[in-house]
Amino acid sequence: MADTVPILRIEHMTKRYGDKEVLSDASLSINKGELKVLIGPSGGGKSTLLQCINFLIKPDRGRIWLDGTEIIRAKGKALYEYRQKVGMIFQDFNLFDHLTALHNVQIGLVRVRGMHGKAAKERAIQELDRVGLRNHMHQYPAELSGGQKQRVSIARALAMDPEIMLLDEPTSALDPELISEVLDAIRALRSSGMTMIMSTHQIGFAGEVADELIFLEKGSIVETGPPAKILYDAEYPRTREFCSKITELYANSSS
Amino acid sequence: MESLIVLYGALPYLLRGSLVTIAVVAGAMMLGLVLGIHLAVGQVYGGRWLRRAIGLYVWFFRGVPLLVLLFLFYFGLCSLLQINLSAFTVSVIVLGLISSAYQSQIFRGAIMSLPQGQFKAARALGMSDGKAIVLIILPQALRLSIPGWSNEYSIVLKDSAVAYALGVMEMMARAHFVASRTYEHLPMYFAAGFLFMILTYLGTKGLRILEEKVRIPGYSA
Repeated sequence: MADTVPILRIEHMTKRYGDKEVLSDASLSINKGELKVLIGPSGGGKSTLLQCINFLIKPDRGRIWLDGTEIIRAKGKALYEYRQKVGMIFQDFNLFDHLTALHNVQIGLVRVRGMHGKAAKERAIQELDRVGLRNHMHQYPAELSGGQKQRVSIARALAMDPEIMLLDEPTSALDPELISEVLDAIRALRSSGMTMIMSTHQIGFAGEVADELIFLEKGSIVETGPPAKILYDAEYPRTREFCSKITELYANSSS
Repeated sequence: MESLIVLYGALPYLLRGSLVTIAVVAGAMMLGLVLGIHLAVGQVYGGRWLRRAIGLYVWFFRGVPLLVLLFLFYFGLCSLLQINLSAFTVSVIVLGLISSAYQSQIFRGAIMSLPQGQFKAARALGMSDGKAIVLIILPQALRLSIPGWSNEYSIVLKDSAVAYALGVMEMMARAHFVASRTYEHLPMYFAAGFLFMILTYLGTKGLRILEEKVRIPGYSA
């Protein structure tokens, strides 16, 4: 497998706001079907890194390759097409409040991919079914629980047939009771072979499903490795310190 | 008794004037709506120079009195530019431009009160900024704007009486016309005032119903 082209590769990603470098020279690559998890303290650059990958935040420096093709001059149509291939899940769900669950999923199909109403509706229902929300499709976001909202947002992203998904702390805004339904959806996604980069504080879950953990602090990737190594045998003292603290806190909430 | 007879006789004339008033207000509100939405979007999402230009525009139309603007456009600009516009048209345009300045601030406030994450999510799906604004931001911002818009309607309605100064034969002009010939000032102006109140009621009531109708289920706003 060593000679396969990674599905996504980023190099030297850097972003600064004024004097503060929120992301310094971050590089990573991910193969098809892998799940990599970003861990680290809040404000460490996890969210910035994810949003730089689909140019929601414009990096100051850095290069990105998707499927071996470099994404250059990321603006206009090329950018919109690239973003369709990179699905994103947000901490606060960011569902469109004025649309039903069905229309939240359908709108991208119709208005971005140009599908016809009926085909788009069928596809949207299929995606909602996949996250177990077929029966809630006519409800508005304000009528759904946090966990249901996040599952709608997963369906919305999946409907675009992304090649990779970025998940930015998908469970951080949820009541503890609702976390597991979202984690289950992510697990199902993983077993269906979706490539994902996720940031989370759910360290137990991360350890269970990730191919690799990436510890990010003060905008820099400190250490990268398989979960067992990062969690229990990390090279850097700071990684060990963070992991032991957070394991105490979250280890039991993974299932 | 005399007054009531005069009033009764003048009522159809006054009511026809209310149609002129309605036309002026409807025209101005629509012009203000179309311009106001663009101004608001420009002011929230535009670059620095656009935002600055819009700021100046809003300052100008909020800062200069209505009567001054009416005279400025009708007697000043129209003759300077050699264009022949009716007093009615000029009134609609001036009231519309002023209203666009106020409406832009209603919409701007509504846009800014929305959680900006939705805009991000729309772009993450592959929508252009323009699509995200039209499909995601505006449908919600306009809903939130209805109460403010209703307020703006009642103000434009009352301001429309000033069009009388250009000779537009709306309600106020007609009331004045009858009053100055019959000397029945009290009943005529009272009737005109009352008709304005009716129009305010109908408009704001209608907008209330609209607000309820487009309310997003489960959303307590």
